[in-house]
Amino acid sequence: MAVLNEEQEMLRDMARDWAANESPVAAFRKIRASGTPEAYDPDAYAAMAEMGWTGVIVPEEHGGSDFGWLSVGLVVEELGKTLTASPLLASTIAASAIILGGSDEQKAAWLPKIASGETVATLAVDEGPRHDPAKIAATVSGGKLSGTKSFVHEAHSASLFVVAAGDGLYLVEAGDGVSLSTRKLTDQRSHAEVTFDGAAADKLDNGGDTLLDDVLDRARILTACEMLGMAQQVFDTTLDYLKQRVQFNQVLATFQALQHRMADLFGDLAMMRSAVEGGLVALDSGFGVARAATLAKAEANRVLHAISREGVQLHGGIGMTDEYDIGFYLKRARVLEASWGSTAFLKDRFATIGGY
Amino acid sequence: MATLPDIDKPAAEEAFREDVKQFLAEHFPAELKGKGNALASVEGPTDETPAQKQWREAMGERGWGTPTWPKEYGGGGLTRKQAAILNEEMARAGAFNPIGGMGVMMFGPTLLEYGSEEQKREHIPPICRGEIRWCQGYSEPNAGSDLANLQTMAVDKGDHYLVNGQKTWTSGGQWADKCFCLVRTDRSDKHKGISFLLIDMDSPGIEVRPIQMISGMSPFCETFFTDVKVPKENLVGEEGEGWTIGKRLLQHERTNLSGGGALARMMGASLADLAKKHVETDEDGAIADKVLRDRIADFEIRWGSFLLTARRAAEESKAQGGVSEISSVLKKLGTKLGQERAELLIEIMGMQGLGWEGDGFSESELAAVRGWLFGKATTIYGGSTEIQNNIIAKRVLGMLDHQ
Repeated sequence: MAVLNEEQEMLRDMARDWAANESPVAAFRKIRASGTPEAYDPDAYAAMAEMGWTGVIVPEEHGGSDFGWLSVGLVVEELGKTLTASPLLASTIAASAIILGGSDEQKAAWLPKIASGETVATLAVDEGPRHDPAKIAATVSGGKLSGTKSFVHEAHSASLFVVAAGDGLYLVEAGDGVSLSTRKLTDQRSHAEVTFDGAAADKLDNGGDTLLDDVLDRARILTACEMLGMAQQVFDTTLDYLKQRVQFNQVLATFQALQHRMADLFGDLAMMRSAVEGGLVALDSGFGVARAATLAKAEANRVLHAISREGVQLHGGIGMTDEYDIGFYLKRARVLEASWGSTAFLKDRFATIGGY
Repeated sequence: MATLPDIDKPAAEEAFREDVKQFLAEHFPAELKGKGNALASVEGPTDETPAQKQWREAMGERGWGTPTWPKEYGGGGLTRKQAAILNEEMARAGAFNPIGGMGVMMFGPTLLEYGSEEQKREHIPPICRGEIRWCQGYSEPNAGSDLANLQTMAVDKGDHYLVNGQKTWTSGGQWADKCFCLVRTDRSDKHKGISFLLIDMDSPGIEVRPIQMISGMSPFCETFFTDVKVPKENLVGEEGEGWTIGKRLLQHERTNLSGGGALARMMGASLADLAKKHVETDEDGAIADKVLRDRIADFEIRWGSFLLTARRAAEESKAQGGVSEISSVLKKLGTKLGQERAELLIEIMGMQGLGWEGDGFSESELAAVRGWLFGKATTIYGGSTEIQNNIIAKRVLGMLDHQ
């Protein structure tokens, strides 16, 4: 755990208590059972907004608290532990695009609404099943955007899309010229193919040539935060289980073969946490963000992948049941691993940044 | 950070910085600039140049080789902050700490905690001055990972102990002046029968035989004790306290192995930079072999997150005022990654990375080979990776004892 200031500790403790009491995995089960395409509880999101979590990175003049990335990362990690379904991640990423690339008018128009939770916003970049920001066919002509974006997170509740076109990022409001086709993924959250057919688009003109990459790096780091919470939870749950389950008249935790696997995962988890926190610290300092973000998401992918597999295996048969929570983490893990860069993509990017 | 202007810092710290700068200007020999800590290494005999001697004595006199140790025993008596300033200024001047070795890394801190007043006064000042080399008498042929199985006996003969037995993997034993040793004073209790004894290496009855390792080097020795007389006052703590004291010393060892100098040296060159000298690159300067490039990136990512972890462990320890939980994984992670890097490096060089000696190989190529082989020791010594896993599982994760 990074060394936190008092405000950050309070924020983390608040998020931890809220997630445990108000948004346990049972809440996600209810949402899943309800079958709504938005796949989150609007009352819960309103409560999160009430606590200020939707505006942590938003400047105070636009209705946020400007507490910074480490702060929002702590909240997202805690929510990841209980698989809290909400558009907080998507909206925060979209807000960062407006903060980096928006004009004063665009900021004034959207940031207060995102910070208050009134508007859900989301980033739409990829046009195929794999993350590939170099391959964007969407075009804008005469202020109208056309193209198809695949697997857009939280698309069903979004009233604002931050859309990547060939020549930059655009704000597009849900409505005329925007249509959704649901893609139900293994994590049972909101994803959709979004088709823009001459939708009114407002360009984010600031932020320079690297705007898309800069926003994606924020998406990578924040996604890694959710993954960190998940990995920590799977590890803790598995450890608890090994300490309780008795076979051969012994609790499983006494078997050295299992002890050493847990020791390995503990080491991996320590590295993942360092990498993710390193990403947040880089964002707050503004230094070395591209490298730190790539490293953070690559480590998040590697470690959550390993822990989510071992979690199921070490639970034995019970880990295969829908009644048990551990499988939910496995299914969400793969969706997040594929979001904003698979391990192969990230290793390639890391090498490119490193000049080799 | 060194590049930030020094504002808002107490004037006392700045005065200290000035003092350090002046000291370095006066005493650090220019010819040693950028050279390493060769004197303090356990890997070679003592043959100081006059400049090296002068530098060691100057640092020793101030106690700055052991900056945070108490002044009354010859240490620097500096605060952590001052020690950090000293390090910063030495780095800036291309200087190094000439005082090190096992006395500084492991034995001194342990003796300061457990030694009698007389023992501290006798043994700590020569360590601070870099005059005495210590070696570690722990492992035995049948006491490796199961260290408490050690059998070297120390029999009470009134005013002295009579020591018989054999130690092994005694690092630098052939060059050491003294040995801190775990011996058995009682056969009836495995752990409580162990005592911590200090033995002069020139005592009659000690024979040291260097062991040639797979790397071709002989940094470790077998040490034989035949009717060696050791004065009673060389017992640290009480009889039977050796296991407690000995384990404490191992904590210092682990901290140093994982976070210390070896790590800092490895941080120097990136594997990718080294690779680009040995393999083809494409028109963009990228490594042409995409599989190799991927493996290097895979390693460098994990290496990067390990370095962040080492830094985090230090920051957390400082903030909590105790050893951070994640310190327990540093040795295991760092040594594994170090070996992985060495394997990748020689693979990148092809046959050129397998040279043993003689014509056709550069110094750095040969060093890579020897380093690859020597590095196999890192996951075995200082508590093997398997022992580290036991410790993590039992003490950190609270999984129950398997025994």
